[in-house]
Amino acid sequence: MADKRITIQATRYDPDKDERPRLQSYEIPFSDDSMVVLDALNYIKSEVDGSLSYRWSCRMGICGSCGMMVNGTPKLTCNAFLRDYWPRPVVVEPLNNFPVIRDLVIDMDDFMHKLKAIKPWIIRRQEIPLGAGEHRQTNEQIDDFRQFSQCINCMLCYAACPVYGLNNEFLGPAAIALARRYNLDSRDQGLKQRLPVIADNEGVWECSFVGECSVVCPKGVDPAKAIQQTKLETTMRFVLPYGNRD
Amino acid sequence: MELGPRDIISRAMMTEFEEGHGFEGPHGKYLHLDVRHLGEDVIDRKLPFMRELGREFVGIDIVKDPIPVRPVQHYMMGGIDADISGATPMAGLYAAGECANVGLNGANRLGSNSLPECLVFGAAAGRAAAEYASSAKPVTANPVDAILWDEARRVEVAYLEKKGGDERIGAIREEMQHEMDTGAGVFRTKEGLETLVERLGGLRQRFSRIKIEDSSRTFNTELTSAIELDFMLELSQTIALTALARDESRGAHARRDFPERNDEKYLKHSLVFHRDAGKPRLEYRDVRVGNFKPQARTY
Repeated sequence: MADKRITIQATRYDPDKDERPRLQSYEIPFSDDSMVVLDALNYIKSEVDGSLSYRWSCRMGICGSCGMMVNGTPKLTCNAFLRDYWPRPVVVEPLNNFPVIRDLVIDMDDFMHKLKAIKPWIIRRQEIPLGAGEHRQTNEQIDDFRQFSQCINCMLCYAACPVYGLNNEFLGPAAIALARRYNLDSRDQGLKQRLPVIADNEGVWECSFVGECSVVCPKGVDPAKAIQQTKLETTMRFVLPYGNRD
Repeated sequence: MELGPRDIISRAMMTEFEEGHGFEGPHGKYLHLDVRHLGEDVIDRKLPFMRELGREFVGIDIVKDPIPVRPVQHYMMGGIDADISGATPMAGLYAAGECANVGLNGANRLGSNSLPECLVFGAAAGRAAAEYASSAKPVTANPVDAILWDEARRVEVAYLEKKGGDERIGAIREEMQHEMDTGAGVFRTKEGLETLVERLGGLRQRFSRIKIEDSSRTFNTELTSAIELDFMLELSQTIALTALARDESRGAHARRDFPERNDEKYLKHSLVFHRDAGKPRLEYRDVRVGNFKPQARTY
């Protein structure tokens, strides 16, 4: 075990110097069975090449910042174990479908704008003062949206989505799943404010139901289901008499 | 005991290790935390994230398996001196969250208190800062711009234009972590803290010879980790000096040589000033005690 080694091939790209991204190979010790791809990147940065750039923070699948392509699949690198790849080399690239800023770092502005556009917070027609108490909720009411609330904004679903790859105007899986999460929340009254965004041409109707988003989600969220439900619900509101009531 | 505050739990765990108990693992000794008696329903309802962490990262199911645990550094309880509206002694500068010391934690942080630190004190600091900004006199020249340019120049000279270092950032950071865990960890002593201060001085020396391979102006994370390490070394020194000057035990500060709390001398905040290039200056400020008086924790 002590002399086991593994090859990591990482995308290198510095816009000031390089015309296009290239892969750089590093052979590093695979010293511990619990090592993940992020540990390998940290080893390279700390011991071999300090200029390798990538995002990461929590190392426990909650901050959503270490998403990259690992052997062609979008993964949280904190949760991609080297033992599942060894003895083959591990190819680490920036998330698909996003502009690359540097090395493994992508530009996430587009997603941040979309996230904000669906107003991912509880909207009330009228705010009540703090002193008036909580908006209470039963466990059953939480179960209605619990799954969709697990999203950590890691953008793996955008990297996996062929529709977003072709048309980045598409609102995309995570933003629609989060819109669903709030629309299903018994405390929320913001559906009408979100409808223009989610029911728009570039909203749910752009989705061709490939379903890769739900396959790659590291938190068990099912954005494909959220999109199908939203298609149904927005249609019913349109065709049924009085369907457009709150 | 299992539901006790984390400082007491941490000391109990270290005591178990010292008495020769616990298991040997690849990252040092550990104990087992057993939640199996709660049953699957309660665990899924109340501890779903713990179950997920166990399954995803350790390969265990906490419904059936005990969880390997050991104490680690988890949270900064001190920080930038701020009042409950987030205002610092520097007019116009506000702090909230883990970087701030609003006095919420006292000597020991209780579970989930990072939430009020962000939500309650973050909102208060935001409101106070907005109020300050709208009532402050308009400035003709922008002093912030000048400060930013000065700082950008300092970073250029100190790191990017620097040539010929031979110390790796990662190596110094790792040694700092090890020294802090050893000298200022769960249990502390005068000797341990003195050694720590000395070793941090050595690491500071080595830091002046760090090597920066990345000269890019785009997303240079080697540069940011160098700047962070500079700050972490300063904070480590601050923690070590204040811990050494505090001849008592209080909350997470547990001195083996002074196991009792001494309210007469140390019911105070430690404040450290780095105004000049010389030695940091240590001062104290009284703690404002409200409805809840400090008591002995006898459970």
